[in-house]
Amino acid sequence: MIVASVGNVLVWAVWVVAAFACLGSGIAVVSFSNPFYSALALIGNLGALAVLYLLLSAEFVAAAQVLVYAGAVMVMFLFVIAYIGPHSESPWMGGPSWQAVGAVLAAGALLVEIIVVIGLKASGHLAHSERVGAAFGSPAEIGRLFLTDHLLAFEITSIVLLVAAIGGVILGGHSRRAAGEVPPL
Amino acid sequence: MSGPGVAWYLSVAAFLFGTGSLGVLLRRNPLIVLLSLEIMLNGANLALIGFARNFGDGSGQIFALAVMAVAASEVVVGLGLIVALNRKRVTLDVDRLNTLRG
Repeated sequence: MIVASVGNVLVWAVWVVAAFACLGSGIAVVSFSNPFYSALALIGNLGALAVLYLLLSAEFVAAAQVLVYAGAVMVMFLFVIAYIGPHSESPWMGGPSWQAVGAVLAAGALLVEIIVVIGLKASGHLAHSERVGAAFGSPAEIGRLFLTDHLLAFEITSIVLLVAAIGGVILGGHSRRAAGEVPPL
Repeated sequence: MSGPGVAWYLSVAAFLFGTGSLGVLLRRNPLIVLLSLEIMLNGANLALIGFARNFGDGSGQIFALAVMAVAASEVVVGLGLIVALNRKRVTLDVDRLNTLRG
């Protein structure tokens, strides 16, 4: 019993740290003026989210989050920011404009809507959660679901990734050709 | 399930989504708009995984992985557009990018 309660306190402690790191780095992404710092804060946000996924026994998704997001996607972001050069922009300076006030109001309204909808529709189910086995969220279970129940989603995902790769190549190549059309002086 | 219930995770997800939408609405730099979009997608992912744990059904995790793939595609296309705009020496400000003419 004592071991169980110590484990419970430990899980709570990890949850509190990860959740506040998540929310704080999310706010940092939105409010940093330099996009480079925003991208670094987003990496922290993704790492904290991976901890939350682990607490929800989604081991494979947590690993994919760290590898795909914090690894590949964010490295691409940092490369593009380094290529373009940081254009600083201070979102909170110069007094509140009507656009900023409207944005804060709209985001707050969206937040309230989400909380109300989840509270109305799902509060009956949230009191107790199902017991899950050790295999829940493991790579074997994810692979079995992907190749049996969700095969169509798997194939469509591969097509989406292929189309995005082709689109990226076309976007990059087109602008290079357009730059080549400028006659050299 | 020891530790906090799923409702706590869902509230974190809601706050993440709200923060991301604030960034999308407030910021003018398209790079930071893309980063804020990632926060919104991650909030939705956290909600999906929380519900998957709550119902003991792995389909929510499959959905979250599909969302991750779509997010990676979105980043590829979005960053490609930003680089293309930068090569055309267009100011990177979403308030000024209001025409589709090349």
